[in-house]
Amino acid sequence: MPTIFIDGKEYRYEGEGKSLLEVCLSLGFDVPYFCWHPAMHAVGACRQCAVKVFTDAADTRGKIVMSCMTAAVDGMRVSIDDPEVVDFRARVIEWLMINHPHDCAVCDEGGECHLQDMTVMTGHVYRRYRFDKRTYRNQDLGPFIHHEMNRCIQCYRCVRFYRDYADGRDLDVFGAHDHVYFGRFADGALESPFSGNLVEVCPTGVFTDKVFKGQYARKWDLTTAPSVCTLCGHGCNILPGARFGTLRRVRNRFNHAVNSYFICDRGRYGFQFVNGEYRVRTPLLREGDELRAASVDEALTRIRELLQSGSMAGIGSPRASVEANYALRALVGAERFSHGLPEQQFALLAALLALQRSAMSPSPTLPEVEQADAVIILGEDLANTAPRLELAVRQAARIIPDELEAAALGILPFDDAALREAAQGATHPLFLCVTGATSLDALATVTYRAVPDELARLALAVAHRLDASAPAVTDLAEDVAALADRMAEILRNARRPLLICGASAGSLALIAAAGRLLAALEAGDGSPMLRTVAPACNSMGQALLGGVSLEEAATAETLIVLDSEQLRPAQIAGAKQIVCLDSLLTEISERADTVLPAATFAESAGTLVGSDGLAQRFFQVFVPEGEIRTGWQWCDALMAGRWANLDALITEIATESPAFARICAIAPPADFRILEQKVPRQSHRFSGRTAMTANVSVNEPPPPDDPDSPLAFSMEGAQKRPPAPLVPRFWTPGWNSAQAVHKFQEEVGGPLRGSEIHRVIEPDGSTLPPVTVPSAFTPREGELLILPAYHLFGTEPLSMLTPGIAELAPAPYLALHPADAARLGVKAGGMVTLTLGGTTHTLSAALRDDVPRGAALLPVGIVDSPVPLPAWGTMERGRHA
Amino acid sequence: MPDLREYEQAGGYAGLRVALRMTSTEVQGTVKAANLRGRGGAGFPTGVKWSAVPLGEGARRPKYLVVNADEMEPGVMKDRILLEGNPHQLIEGIVIAAHAIEAEHAFIFIRLAYREAAERLRRAIEEAASAGYLGANILGSGLNLDIAVHRSAGRYICGEETALLNALEGKRPIPRAKPPFPQTVGLWGQPTVVNNVETLCCVPHILRHGPEWFLGLSRSSDGGTKLYGASGRVRRPGVWELPMGTPLREILEEHAGGMREGYQLRGLLPGGASTDFLTPEHLDIPMDFGSVTQAGSRLGTGTMVVLDDQTCPVSMLISLEQFFARESCGWCTPCREGLPWVVRLLRALENGDGRSDDVALLEAHTRLLGPGRTFCALAPGAMEPLQSALKYFHEDFTRHIAERGCPWRKAPVV
Amino acid sequence: MLTEAERHEIEEEIAAVREHTRAAVVEALKVVQRRRGWVSDDDLGDVATCLGLTRTEVDAVATFYNKIFRRQVGRHVLLICDSVTCWIMGYHDLLEHLRAKWGMELGETTADNRFTLLPVACLGLCEQAPAMLLDGELYGNLTPARLDEILATHA
Ligand SMILES: Cc1cc2nc3c(=O)[nH]c(=O)nc-3n(C[C@H](O)[C@H](O)[C@H](O)COP(=O)(O)O)c2cc1C
Ligand code: SF4
Ligand code: FES
Repeated sequence: MPTIFIDGKEYRYEGEGKSLLEVCLSLGFDVPYFCWHPAMHAVGACRQCAVKVFTDAADTRGKIVMSCMTAAVDGMRVSIDDPEVVDFRARVIEWLMINHPHDCAVCDEGGECHLQDMTVMTGHVYRRYRFDKRTYRNQDLGPFIHHEMNRCIQCYRCVRFYRDYADGRDLDVFGAHDHVYFGRFADGALESPFSGNLVEVCPTGVFTDKVFKGQYARKWDLTTAPSVCTLCGHGCNILPGARFGTLRRVRNRFNHAVNSYFICDRGRYGFQFVNGEYRVRTPLLREGDELRAASVDEALTRIRELLQSGSMAGIGSPRASVEANYALRALVGAERFSHGLPEQQFALLAALLALQRSAMSPSPTLPEVEQADAVIILGEDLANTAPRLELAVRQAARIIPDELEAAALGILPFDDAALREAAQGATHPLFLCVTGATSLDALATVTYRAVPDELARLALAVAHRLDASAPAVTDLAEDVAALADRMAEILRNARRPLLICGASAGSLALIAAAGRLLAALEAGDGSPMLRTVAPACNSMGQALLGGVSLEEAATAETLIVLDSEQLRPAQIAGAKQIVCLDSLLTEISERADTVLPAATFAESAGTLVGSDGLAQRFFQVFVPEGEIRTGWQWCDALMAGRWANLDALITEIATESPAFARICAIAPPADFRILEQKVPRQSHRFSGRTAMTANVSVNEPPPPDDPDSPLAFSMEGAQKRPPAPLVPRFWTPGWNSAQAVHKFQEEVGGPLRGSEIHRVIEPDGSTLPPVTVPSAFTPREGELLILPAYHLFGTEPLSMLTPGIAELAPAPYLALHPADAARLGVKAGGMVTLTLGGTTHTLSAALRDDVPRGAALLPVGIVDSPVPLPAWGTMERGRHA
Repeated sequence: MPDLREYEQAGGYAGLRVALRMTSTEVQGTVKAANLRGRGGAGFPTGVKWSAVPLGEGARRPKYLVVNADEMEPGVMKDRILLEGNPHQLIEGIVIAAHAIEAEHAFIFIRLAYREAAERLRRAIEEAASAGYLGANILGSGLNLDIAVHRSAGRYICGEETALLNALEGKRPIPRAKPPFPQTVGLWGQPTVVNNVETLCCVPHILRHGPEWFLGLSRSSDGGTKLYGASGRVRRPGVWELPMGTPLREILEEHAGGMREGYQLRGLLPGGASTDFLTPEHLDIPMDFGSVTQAGSRLGTGTMVVLDDQTCPVSMLISLEQFFARESCGWCTPCREGLPWVVRLLRALENGDGRSDDVALLEAHTRLLGPGRTFCALAPGAMEPLQSALKYFHEDFTRHIAERGCPWRKAPVV
Repeated sequence: MLTEAERHEIEEEIAAVREHTRAAVVEALKVVQRRRGWVSDDDLGDVATCLGLTRTEVDAVATFYNKIFRRQVGRHVLLICDSVTCWIMGYHDLLEHLRAKWGMELGETTADNRFTLLPVACLGLCEQAPAMLLDGELYGNLTPARLDEILATHA
């Protein structure tokens, strides 16, 4: 292990090719920085991270260098405390403060501001600059990001994240000298689906969370707990923060394997449904045409009666936790439990499960995805179906000269600008086989747009070229055959190809073809990887748990439904009585017999199985008002207290269901203590605790108990750093901002200390059944194959309850190819009537070249399809154009 | 300006013919032997710079030669004279240099204000191309080279060689970190050499007459002649080609004709705005890289700006530092924020708002904006005149504070 | 809207930089400025379209340079050198003269929209200081009187 001398003391450090800054931070030293970011590396702009290096023991003068732009070398002598360099770092802050408005008292960043931290760290105190400050006009950047340019310290991080890392093209830097401006050409909503990360990337208050602004609380006043985003299947780790019984914001929670430093805007902003007026807070009972509030006992009694009379079934949900679904199954019995999905949709999940199990290696983690040297995407519009994965694919696509090449060119391996310059935007092969335009088009080597069957045929054709034992696709069009040749040629040389396939296209044939292609790749000499995309936060948990189909369960007289939001009334039209466990009133719960108020993710704990087969625990953030309980607790109540607490339930699941054998280990059990204390959800600075309920009683109420986790709803508790799964906030002395995360990592940029990943889906040596080649797609006269289209804002219904998301979601549309439009006499923007599965919709027509001929795209969630897509529909020109 | 025929009659393009009979390495060797040092300001040995470019079969291609004709440093006007006066000489130098590094494309990056020079260059390039000195298979040698002229849109920082590359790429012209050096990762990531106009204008003569001849022209160990210039209150401001190492006094008194009637010499910036002041006591030093450095300044571009005894040094520094502050690219903190502060402090002194700590604050900035502390050499360059002024004209600064304004002139400065 | 001629010139600039389309950005902006004096938001948008860049990307470059005018200027643009040699040799006298003559400050345009007055860094004409750049043409050895003569020829 190499060593380094820091201020005269010798230290061992890990790893070659690291910068001095990374090594110092990893060793626990506080070296201030601004422009460096662990995911975006160094550019040397801010000059804040200066240290001194000495040529040898005899050198007493040394030389000031930027630690972020200097390679750590074995035996190096460094000083962080040298007076000259200490002064220089303080002066850098002094310069940055020249134009800074010092509006900390009213700044949303206050208390978690990296600039504040670095100011204190460098010791700069008194202002000597006595002249005017420059001021800027701010921009309206849309519903999510508040812009306050006067606070800018020109670290260039925003553009480096937005442009260089996330490939956004509507934010940039303007002007020169001491008049540089970071913003857009003109006012308007930021276009990148990752724009919200600016809030965390910006080291001061230029980009702050506009949604949070409306119900602002200081970081130290928020109650926080480790959680997992429930708004898609990816499972990004998040840190929701609540205050006075409302959820105020969501921040990224670093998890090396899943989301690292970034989440998407749906995940960050889509939580507002938690606070809505439409929440159900007490049990509701039907009386005639009305639902009336009832006591818990009354409601439970009624439900017990209902469950006794006639046939009954329980309908679970892929958006509810493993525990909630399992508890419902325990309540109704396995044979009467449905996973909540129509046969056809569950088949897709089962196919994804089988696919993951048939693979030779487990699903790659995020850094492994970013290391792919070729990516094939089958049928997924990633930015809209698994946004965080899309951001990772962007990193994979980008060619970074490897260490050897970089060394040959004289590039330091962490010099981000030089690596980009050397690579000149070169990309690894990216094959997009999709049903329409996607955000990755500009990066793609090949874009093939067709209906799912045709995508499957191409995938099989490629498989056949790589592995003769795969079935041949004999009737391929010439250009598609040429494409298959080209893809196979490139893939043959790929060392770490990544195949991405999911349920979004609604096609079993496509998943089967993916399986065959994966097997063909595995037959070669590379190490192929597979990532699957499932729609909901616990889809794969449902696939593991199983159950009868929704259609079958719906024949019972009484249904007990977990999360009726995900169902359409028609799907359970036959039921006589419905009991809903819902967090908000839905079309179904409004017609239910009994509604039990269910907790949202923020008010409950449980386990979710993400698309990648990782099981993750989320914890309750705050205690909601009213009689809200989580799904498993209601089932438990109906069974008169079967489980002592969540741990008891988890233990039962792990014993009963081998697939979930490992879920006990995800997080420490509820009786885990640090020095006999629980882990506090509130910071040591939490304020207003005695005042919160002073209007009711001057006695401070005891904090609510949490029997289900080692976390306490309190500011009292262990102040020592808890194990990774329990870390409720990133905060250490001197590091109040999101940057504090490095103090929790094994080394900067590395996994959280003591974190582990818990896979519940792993390769098991199984093989997939032989595939059959789908026949070529033939457009039908008078009909269009309606394909699902997805939208970051629009597809996911709960997130649509956030006003900003609804504002940015597209209006209902039907997109079709101009040639089909011409054939049907439809003009762009004209109204069309779509008949699908017996219902009709009047929609505005969008004419798009990217839509396969003979097909049309219908936005899921924005237009409600009565049948699973793809499905054939008929279309007529609307009467009122 | 000589046309192609006249240039040829004067021996033009003979150096190229010599070079074409040599290998790239031999051309590099000849220029190394001539001890040609870069005339853009830093004085880096040109042959050595070229030899860092990977050559031969394995080298990445295309490679580029970039001519730095940005010349925006205050007090510097030497390259304009060369560009307007004899563009063919530059073109010949470009073709030879391109051969030395196996470049197939050359760019001349010329500042927008030099419209006449750009026009003449364009015409000369056409002439040279039709005579076979440019284009495909130059003089039957099998070598190819095209030259494109890029006229900038302002900004001194574009003269910094890596910022210049970004400018050519159509990006914001902020400098790049070094390493990697342009010779390995340059224009569009490819091996690239950036040379000053005057540097390249020396090259044809070195090839034609040999390195010994070139060394022999010099009065110092640096090879060749140098364009020296003088501006300010001298009798005959101008630019002259003289042996490298010509003494300062000779340039000032013989060529520039000495100070104007009624003015005394107080100091001078020997090589443009980014060099330290020298004073009358330094007049006997030879103007070559080593000697000027020894005297505490830099040869820089060799074009001096003269400060007379009736001009306020503080006022002169306002102009200098205002230039640097305005031309800072805005990338690194010390330069972006420090320089405007320096300007405001100087203005405050000049306007009678100076405070007793201001001189110390200025002095601190000269150290804090020094080499290594900023991202590129702009800010350290900006500090050279200031730090030397604080040394040689210290009293002028303190008088501004004590007398609440500029002793030279009672009206405030705008 | 760009004229046919402008579009054509921009396309030529793009062709000249071969596969490096972005490299034509400054020249493309200058095409517009040559004909219109400055680059309006609309024109900048058109240039962006020609180059396959976003308006944000083009403006990020345009606003770096001080000789791409993003605000309307007068018929003639007078850039007066305020760098060191000119500063010593009479910049202030020239500036005072113009301020008095036009009753305006640096950065402004005369009421008749005839002249815009801007400061500029060293023009490389130091041996002829003080100097200026008027409509792209260099003038040296200026005095207030000579300045008046030159200005008189610019309607
Ligand atoms: C801020 C700054 C501005 C510069 N401007 C010029 C310039 O206008 N012309 C020039 O030749 N070199 C300029 N240089 C120096 C160049 O970076 C580079 O060293 C030079 O072009 C190399 O050519 P040479 O080796 O032939 O001297 C500048 C350097 C800095 C730091
Ligand atoms: S010193 Fe820094 S801010 Fe100044 S020009 Fe160089 S890189 Fe830009
Ligand atoms: S963090 Fe090193 S220069 Fe900014």
